[in-house]
Amino acid sequence: MRVVLSALLSHWRRHPLQLFMFIMGLSLATALWSGVQAINSEARASYDRAAATLGQNTLERIIATDGAPIPQTTYVALRRAGWMVSPVVEGQLERANLRLLGIDPLTLPREAAQVQTLEADGLSTFLSAQGQLIVAPETAQRLAGADLPPLRTDAALPPGIAMTDIGIAQRLLGLEGRLSHLIVSPNTKTPVTPLPAGLIRRAPQAEGDLARLTDSFHLNLTAFGLLAFAVGLFIVHSAVGLAFEQRRPVFRTLRALGLSAGSLTGLVLLELMVLALIAGAIGVGLGYGVAAALLPDVAATLRGLYGAEVPGTLGLRPGWWAAGLGIAVAGTLVAAGQSLWRLWHLPLLAPAQPRAWARASIRSLRWQGGAGAVLLAAALVLLMFGRGLWSGFGGLGALLVGAALLLPSVLVAVTALGARLARGVLTQWFWADTRQQVPGLSLALMALLLALAANIGVGTMVSSFRLTFTGWLDQRLASELYVTARTEVEAARMLAWLTPRTDAVLPIWNVETSILGRPGEIYAVADHATYRDNWPLLNARKDAWDRVASGSAVMVNEQLFRREGMALGDELDLPGGSMTVAGVYSDYGNPKPQVLMSPDALVARFPDVPRLRFGLRVPPDRAEALAAELIAAFDLPQGSVIDQAGIKALSLQIFERTFSVTAALNVLTLGVAGLAMFASLLTLSGMRLPQVAPVWAMGLTRRRLAMLDLVRTLLLATLTLVAALPLGLANAWALLAVVNVAAFGWRLPMHVFPADWLQLAAIALLAALAASVIPALRLARIAPADLMKVFANER
Amino acid sequence: MNAKAVLLWLLLALPAAAQGFADMGRKVDGFSLPQRGPFSFPADHGAHPDFRIEWWYLTATLTGPDGTEYGAQWTLFRSALTAGEGEGWSSPQLWMGHAAVTTPDTHLYAERLARGGIGQAGVTVAPFMAWIDDWQMTSRAGAGADALSAIDLRATGPEFSYALALDATGPVVAQGDGGYSVKSAEGQASRYYSQPFYRVTGQITVRDREIPVTGQAWLDREWSSQPLGEGQTGWDWFSLMFDDGARLMGFRMRDGGAGFTSATWIGKDGTATAMPHGALIATPLREADVADRAVPVEWRLELPQKGLDVIIAALNQGAWMGTLVPYWEGPIAVSGSHTGRGYLEMTGYGAD
Amino acid sequence: MLLSLTGVTKTYPTGEGPLRVLDGVDLALDAGQSVALTGESGSGKSTLLHLVAGLDVADAGVVRLGEVNMTQTTDAARAALRRGTVGLVFQQFNLIPSLDVAANLAFQARLAQRHDPAWATQLAESLGLSALLTRYPEQLSGGQQQRVAIGRTLAARPRLVLADEPTGNLDEATGDAVLDLMLRLVTQTGAALLMVTHSPRLAARLGTRIHLHGGRIA
Repeated sequence: MRVVLSALLSHWRRHPLQLFMFIMGLSLATALWSGVQAINSEARASYDRAAATLGQNTLERIIATDGAPIPQTTYVALRRAGWMVSPVVEGQLERANLRLLGIDPLTLPREAAQVQTLEADGLSTFLSAQGQLIVAPETAQRLAGADLPPLRTDAALPPGIAMTDIGIAQRLLGLEGRLSHLIVSPNTKTPVTPLPAGLIRRAPQAEGDLARLTDSFHLNLTAFGLLAFAVGLFIVHSAVGLAFEQRRPVFRTLRALGLSAGSLTGLVLLELMVLALIAGAIGVGLGYGVAAALLPDVAATLRGLYGAEVPGTLGLRPGWWAAGLGIAVAGTLVAAGQSLWRLWHLPLLAPAQPRAWARASIRSLRWQGGAGAVLLAAALVLLMFGRGLWSGFGGLGALLVGAALLLPSVLVAVTALGARLARGVLTQWFWADTRQQVPGLSLALMALLLALAANIGVGTMVSSFRLTFTGWLDQRLASELYVTARTEVEAARMLAWLTPRTDAVLPIWNVETSILGRPGEIYAVADHATYRDNWPLLNARKDAWDRVASGSAVMVNEQLFRREGMALGDELDLPGGSMTVAGVYSDYGNPKPQVLMSPDALVARFPDVPRLRFGLRVPPDRAEALAAELIAAFDLPQGSVIDQAGIKALSLQIFERTFSVTAALNVLTLGVAGLAMFASLLTLSGMRLPQVAPVWAMGLTRRRLAMLDLVRTLLLATLTLVAALPLGLANAWALLAVVNVAAFGWRLPMHVFPADWLQLAAIALLAALAASVIPALRLARIAPADLMKVFANER
Repeated sequence: MNAKAVLLWLLLALPAAAQGFADMGRKVDGFSLPQRGPFSFPADHGAHPDFRIEWWYLTATLTGPDGTEYGAQWTLFRSALTAGEGEGWSSPQLWMGHAAVTTPDTHLYAERLARGGIGQAGVTVAPFMAWIDDWQMTSRAGAGADALSAIDLRATGPEFSYALALDATGPVVAQGDGGYSVKSAEGQASRYYSQPFYRVTGQITVRDREIPVTGQAWLDREWSSQPLGEGQTGWDWFSLMFDDGARLMGFRMRDGGAGFTSATWIGKDGTATAMPHGALIATPLREADVADRAVPVEWRLELPQKGLDVIIAALNQGAWMGTLVPYWEGPIAVSGSHTGRGYLEMTGYGAD
Repeated sequence: MLLSLTGVTKTYPTGEGPLRVLDGVDLALDAGQSVALTGESGSGKSTLLHLVAGLDVADAGVVRLGEVNMTQTTDAARAALRRGTVGLVFQQFNLIPSLDVAANLAFQARLAQRHDPAWATQLAESLGLSALLTRYPEQLSGGQQQRVAIGRTLAARPRLVLADEPTGNLDEATGDAVLDLMLRLVTQTGAALLMVTHSPRLAARLGTRIHLHGGRIA
């Protein structure tokens, strides 16, 4: 067996480039896939930590139906009525950008105390008058020197969260005597007394809100990882196919020497697995690099978009290594399946005229084209009539794969047409030969098509989004300045101070509450021309603003409107009674449902709503000076006054980061497609000699032939590019009109950016050219003796 | 170590033997120390936040309609991080409640913890009430009567509950030297009084089975800041209610050597006679394996001055309180020169 | 003189040092003449043919085809000669797999810009290929393929036809038939023929026979 294996392996020694392509293709595919997985799993792990904080994934809680704080006296009354509940106060400490979790360690159920932070001497410190904040190590670094109680670190806490005694938290948050929710201990007997009105029990959240909110984001990443992996597999397929084809005589000899088909296939399989494991290990290593490079951006995106805290550094997870190696092995099996099947069925005697592996028959192309057409039809159905994110991605996948499968047939048809229309003998040969090349190059071309279409699609989506988003920001952020007071007293003083100095002071109040069972927010804005003129309404009744001002109607954001399948005029169930929906506005970048109502209506429902924020209308050239005066007059801390430009810049920054990962993956995918092209051309250049040699013998120079090869590659790349354009636009449409709607709840208008296409075309052609230069140079410099071997008697 | 295990350390128990059981051997600055002198009622029925530790400790020996014997325990502990009171959550007072029901074959218990300052647990003097969560001890004494002379008692655990009405047939009794109870030869002491003369009626519920009961009960009130001497590792405490109406309170502080014993003989009229160190002789007769520890569940008690020579035996030797501070607490039967029933408490028995 | 070789030497590098395949060969061929080049395997007869075709270049000596010194001209000029002056028929048929029979037949003539549809039709008829014009090489038998290769060569009306074991891959009966056809058509077009063969029987059918041994004309 060892002899046989060494005979098999000697092939790779003699074809190091092939080995390199195999290893690289698989490593890259594994790297992109496992990189994305690493990012996802890192993020999910931190969501899980967040979800497990205080056992909210396993324990029931009691919350106020209106989302308002629960009075502490209610907590005591419940305890005294036999309820085994533990109080929690939770809130954002804006000045430290920290989420505070105030707990009572004495009543906290054992199940909720995942953060086992209190050690022997700890409790008296934790409960001491000056208190203590327990934070993750990275949070502690960030908070060093802040004006806060002493810190203590514990890696079990998610970043961005500080756990502290409830009394300390209430004081820091200004929520004395109030609680956010109560954790119900599993030891609670069936309730002794019913809950007072206004409180409800909420079942444990198996996954946190974060995990649900960010699901679509991660699905997006996964889809890209999968695409990159598929493209990488094209390389592997082509390398394995070539190695198989070149070793066909060796296989025959081995079989003739008495090796069974099973043993031979087994040995080749073993060889492939060893290579797959090596490539997989390299790939996982590279993937770690990819993930580590991309994670800070992802973390920034998640924080900006969802408020999810994900550490910017990557942990090494054994499961992830295993998954990376597993996917490498599985990918190899998929890519090599066809070759192994053929090896199993390899006839002992060579047929009179061996058909080259690359020359798949036109019939199989037809079959493949048929499958492609079916997939395209499926894509159409899924995208037009499907619902939800999975059908969106399913449709997208069917669209891309279907188009890829159809591509060779289209190219064959185009080149056949070219041959028919060609006049000169050389052009005729050129087209005919190009057509002959299509099956062999089809995998690489399909990879290129996918990469290009993904690039065009995602590029169009991002650019459309950016255009819409900036326009929307201009509408939405109509006030020149936004001010937040620290207390209501200060807010009142500010109002008095500001009124004579501005054109208008527009209160902006909001509460976080549950809207139709999901965490959402209700905003209140004053009835003012600022909103009537600028608010980015998508659809509204004529009298919408009047009805909102009168307190009889609300407007909702597009996300809520679409998810609930609402129509204007519908009644919307809200804490404190339902209201009529009079309008829909776009609300990009917000994962939560949002409702807009008049300040009076909001106060009627939430008497405790903090009245701290204002939008200020001033002549734009006065804004900066006024901000400075305001800060000086009230000695405001940093961040209390934000100008419009500042918010816009911040929003755009979040936006750009959101898509920076996508862009990076796009570039990598295109790179992989370029490599696939290179691998295929290299493969073909070895097999093409019998086709080129007669033409050479009949009087064409090698240089000329090489030039023709370059032109051929460019032609095929160009044709692929032309095919990729409509596919990419369809892709963009599906992303904007189907996937985005399902994932985020908003639909975006599509804008096209032909300049970007030109750039992409140039890049694609350069990549194709680069991929074909080495094979072409080889042909131009090939020794005549090698060409003549084609004619020699012994082949 | 979780938060509750910490509390264990803070509130009472400390496995480190040198520190004595329940950390009481350590002198903590800032707290008041017990002084000799008369009690001041009703104020002394309430909490003494300047002392480190305090309890309201009630044990009842009960009998069902079929003659089956039961025991019930209701305890509220107070422990202070620092002396004094504070507003709301900043109060340094921590509260711990223990409740248990013992039958001949079952022992059910529960534990509650609470912060002071917010009303979840505490003790008020007028009207008298001691509570933690839904467990409470409420006075229903008429005007002019001692607040503790008539009380209602309630507690609920996951598998048991009880509601008992207690009426005193005798006076409150000061332990030790007029309520100054010495715990060691070095002079560590606590303030200690009892109401050992309750007649009880009520109902206990054991795993959904409701049982009407009658019987007797004994309330201990004790507070201190440092009741254990250095080297003392735990105690064995006996409260005996004899059929003839007399009562005996006795304890043995263990220190690895001869120990320190103390006892109070209470006549059926409530006349208390304090017995000096060494008067009471407590001899373990049989140990049982309880919660991985060897715990003596049969004793011989001798008090020659009163002609007492009795054997006491646990009703249920598995009366283990697996609470944060674990200890043995259960009803006992008394036989020999005197007969009756009572309660035995044994602390500081470490796991093997 | 159509073709003359003077002192032609060719050495190939091998694993065991340089191998002198041709060692001072002199040869001349007039228009219309047909010569059989015989010799054992490795005697250098294929190499000689390749040098004449301009597929390879001699190390020393002169290969002159018409007015052109093949050793001293450019790759492009040699390619032009292959296109127009010389026709090649190999043992391996070497048709262009991507083109059908008609296109293969016309290919070289069109490359040489000498395509004559009437002549092509006549050739196809003579070669018995008229019914196969729309087929692709892989759909033809060996004899058919070789007939296409001969037709392709003659369609360009070369002045010199070079054939390397043109019937080597065919059975004797087919081979003889193909050879007959080729000889008749070569004669008909007035081209010269230099044919490499190891078979004395076939060699005997040509006008002149030259034997190559150890890189020299014997």
